Amino acid sequence: MNLWLIFLFPLAGFLINGIWGRRLARPLINTVAIGSVALSFLYVLFVLSRLWPIDTAVGEHCFTWIQSGFLNVGFDLVVDRLTAVMLLIVTGVGLIIHIYSTGYMAHEEGYWRFFSYLNLFMFFMLVLVLGSNLLVAFVGWEGVGLCSYLLIAFYFKETWASNAGNKAFIVNRIGDFGFMLGILLTVATFHTLDFGKLAAQMTNLPAQATTGVITAIALLLFVGATGKSAQIPLYVWLPDAMAGPTPVSALIHAATMVTAGVYMTARVAFFYNHAPSAMTVVAVIGLATAVVAATIGITQTDIKRVYAYSTVSQLGYMFLGAGVGAYSASIFHVMTHAFFKALLFLGAGSVIHGLSGEQDLRHMGGLRKYMPITCVTLLVASLAISGVPGFSGFFSKDAILSAAYAHSPWMFWVGAITAGITAFYVFRAFFLTFMGDYRGHHHPHESPASMTIPLIVLAILSAGGGFINIPGFLSQAYPLAEHENSTAMIISASFGILGIVIAALMYWIRPSLAESARRAAGPLYTLVSNKYYVDEMYQTAVVKPLVGTSRILLWRGVDEGIIDTGIVNGLARIVRGWGVLFRRLQSGSIRNYATWVLAGSLIVIFVIGLFGGGR
Amino acid sequence: MNLLSIVLFLPLIGFFVVLFTPRQSKAPFYTALLATVATFLLSLGLLAPATANGAQFSSVINALWTDVPGLQIHLHLGVDGISVWLVLLTTLLLPIGVWISDSMIRERHKTFFALLLLFEFGLLGVFTALDLFVFYVFWEIALVPMYIMVGSWGRGMRGPVAVKFFVYTMLGSVLMLGSILYLHSITGTFDYVDIMSGLNSGSFTLRPAQQMVLFLGFFAAFAVKVPIFPLHTWLPNTYTQAPAPATFLLAAVMSKMGVYGLLRFSLTLTAAGAHSAARWVSVLAIIGIIYGALLALVQTNIKRLIAYSSISHLGFIVLGIFSFRQQGADGAVYQMLAHGISTGALFVLAGYLEQRRGSLEISDFGGVANVAPGLSTAFMIALLASVGLPALCNFVGEFLLLQGAALAKFSWAAWAAIGVILSAAYMLWMYQRTFLGKLNTQIGEFADLRARDWAPLLPLIALMVWLGIYTQSFLPAISSATSHLLEQTNMNNQYQVLANPVRPEVADVR
Repeated sequence: MNLWLIFLFPLAGFLINGIWGRRLARPLINTVAIGSVALSFLYVLFVLSRLWPIDTAVGEHCFTWIQSGFLNVGFDLVVDRLTAVMLLIVTGVGLIIHIYSTGYMAHEEGYWRFFSYLNLFMFFMLVLVLGSNLLVAFVGWEGVGLCSYLLIAFYFKETWASNAGNKAFIVNRIGDFGFMLGILLTVATFHTLDFGKLAAQMTNLPAQATTGVITAIALLLFVGATGKSAQIPLYVWLPDAMAGPTPVSALIHAATMVTAGVYMTARVAFFYNHAPSAMTVVAVIGLATAVVAATIGITQTDIKRVYAYSTVSQLGYMFLGAGVGAYSASIFHVMTHAFFKALLFLGAGSVIHGLSGEQDLRHMGGLRKYMPITCVTLLVASLAISGVPGFSGFFSKDAILSAAYAHSPWMFWVGAITAGITAFYVFRAFFLTFMGDYRGHHHPHESPASMTIPLIVLAILSAGGGFINIPGFLSQAYPLAEHENSTAMIISASFGILGIVIAALMYWIRPSLAESARRAAGPLYTLVSNKYYVDEMYQTAVVKPLVGTSRILLWRGVDEGIIDTGIVNGLARIVRGWGVLFRRLQSGSIRNYATWVLAGSLIVIFVIGLFGGGR
Repeated sequence: MNLLSIVLFLPLIGFFVVLFTPRQSKAPFYTALLATVATFLLSLGLLAPATANGAQFSSVINALWTDVPGLQIHLHLGVDGISVWLVLLTTLLLPIGVWISDSMIRERHKTFFALLLLFEFGLLGVFTALDLFVFYVFWEIALVPMYIMVGSWGRGMRGPVAVKFFVYTMLGSVLMLGSILYLHSITGTFDYVDIMSGLNSGSFTLRPAQQMVLFLGFFAAFAVKVPIFPLHTWLPNTYTQAPAPATFLLAAVMSKMGVYGLLRFSLTLTAAGAHSAARWVSVLAIIGIIYGALLALVQTNIKRLIAYSSISHLGFIVLGIFSFRQQGADGAVYQMLAHGISTGALFVLAGYLEQRRGSLEISDFGGVANVAPGLSTAFMIALLASVGLPALCNFVGEFLLLQGAALAKFSWAAWAAIGVILSAAYMLWMYQRTFLGKLNTQIGEFADLRARDWAPLLPLIALMVWLGIYTQSFLPAISSATSHLLEQTNMNNQYQVLANPVRPEVADVR
């Protein structure tokens, strides 16, 4: 099937724009950038139609990548139903966002650079999704992290941008540390990294694969997922990642890359199924992240940051789903989230574009008059994420929450209340942007067709995407549990609608309520709006001590002080001292030598006598 | 005539020819370039026989050198699946060193080019010698030109720095000489191949206590050269004060002498010693990995930062070697190549920065990407290779090294992997302060890379990708050599084998 062609197109696009882009005209850059992704999308459609209905996984061996001793890692690709869903999301949404970017980035310098990075991202993301063993997937995994870094720091002249880029890369590295150890332990335990072969070994576990070891592998891989998919405790990079251009936030930091952790968890579900305690950890971390991020989302005033925290929170739902064993529901939510969250970000981008770069909700308002298409499409996206019945988010969130209810009801209740909070803060942003009167001083205008058409396409998908039955499609790999629960469905939808109503009251009908609510919350509000001071905590507890210790204690103290000056140079001084002594001995005076000879002889005779020599 | 002898002696002939070229001309440069390029092209011919059967020594020279009764020294040289790559690394990087010296060395360039050729001669000897005495001689030959280059062309406190480098390394190698002579007194020969076959056939044995003494003697020389913590303090100053081409060669090829010696000689000749030392050597390696990375984190000078990062990277290699696992040994050899290429590229680029700014203090830069996008991009690629981004060269080496360590003792891999996190931190912080942000107003004229600056970088970048993706060009030969080597390690390690009888992965190797 030549599956490698799928990611070869974006790679070619990256190389062409990356090497010659500086000298190319913009239409040509657009053609290369969009064309490569479009070809990739079409080729995906072709491959899937040929393989349909994909009842078995289709693998492809490109070449032997690393072979050493018993370890043989091929550059192998695989397409099964899970891959199929991810391929369509990545290339489909990717294509829409590439088209949108030509409008959004029209006035930016470094246009070619932006598109070459975006193509490179598509390449790595597709490698990640297609890889048929953990190590090939890791190539994509780290590669998308690199592109994320490059694109967050796209405005590299600004310190805030490069700081955010560094933070993203380094925090992800901490996650990858866990992922890497997971890989090493997998090799040590199963002698292979191939997903198919690993799954096959699960029915007949080797002796060394105890539950403890499998739990350790699952948890180590989950550490990787917490980095890439922005979960507690490594979520801190994602809100800062909004420093990148808005299409990047939509593609990488909402629709595709950040869901890689969820994808990977579903991919290695066979580990988790053998490690119940690891699953509990996944579910609890996911749920906690959903709650914490949602509460922070209430207080943010930057429209992109609101959506960023909502992404963290929605990713938490996906892990909740995986943790309670509803992997297909998680992937379902990955898809619907890709639609409505990409739309939220692109809509926000359209607003920011129309306001010449303004991102603060306090300086918006009343924009429905100026940008009607953006307003309607964002309304659809907001309804979808709030889980209003009929819209896509409703179906996928319901699938997760029903499974959570079957697993343990308290998780359902926490999740349902969080759904209400989600609806509240998303509509808070919506009302502040589009309702009331305009509070800024720019000249708002609707965006060009290259931006609004992608918005409309995504709005259709956000509204209707829930009718695509992903759990049914994936039921071979992830059997459906019977937990359709209409009570749970009604409760969670009601919480969503309640949230919308409260938001409407506070931010549209009676804006004075918002102010008094904030005053009533007092210090709690300060705590939450400062993101619980987690960044400050990490800075004080980790970064500063590490750098301080390294500089003062290790470098100046141990390295220069003790080892070099103390021991090494000290030894040299001692040797020189002896040298001086011996130089004195070689005085050249016969009388001196005679004295030493005499003294030496006496000592020798004395020693021999002492030890009874000569017997 | 044997190809290996041509490859080995061509740089020496070049050395003498350069000495007779006119001082005030381009002739020394062209002669040195011609000699090194020719050496490289000829050395490619060593590849086919050496990789056909990586476990055997090929292109062997074995000539009697001295015939003092009881002290026969043979000029015994050859390459196997390990050393052939180090020979190629050397012959590839030397023309690059010559090329960048042309613009970076301003005075007495004739002598400098001559020394570069002598240095190449010494290195090639080290990587091919199969007679321990000859190995020792080449070991010292390689040291002298480097000492002179650092001492005469370096910056700042170059005098004391060069002396420290020389004395420190000398002290180690004298102890190695002691071990070599002691081994001769037991076995009656300096010949590595003879000693190994004698040990394997049981015609003589080395008791564990003897092996430990021998091991420590060799280890002293190798550990200083690597360097292994805490014997590393000569390195940061030497790397920082040395002229750019010398730093490039120090980091890219000379740092491989120590790890090569550990793998080739310590693991086989004194296997029992190496086995019993493995625990504390591994701990020192891990300390070096983390310690080097932490110190790199707080450096204010680019060269010094890369110097500390080298200590960290070489710690991985030592850890892999002392894992006694196929993956660890393969990873060690692979990482020698990968580190040579990626760190080599970083030091070439540091040389360009120094050439343009007259300094390498990070605070003297800032926003370089605004004026030199080409240089910034090249630096980013080398940086990514260095921090072990998958699909670039260092990742393959690091992965295999960590895998080897994980198979030996999982917690070692876990500790070592911390170095991977830190590498991203120190590199990206340095990159940010040097290349990103608004242009530092102190920077006046700052030219981007010209074609002649790109020339040495492009082959290095191509190799980063090649080594990262298509490892099949390199690994099979390395694997067959290392598996043979690990087998020998086991044969000479009867005492240990009795203690740990079951080692499944060694059976797997066979």
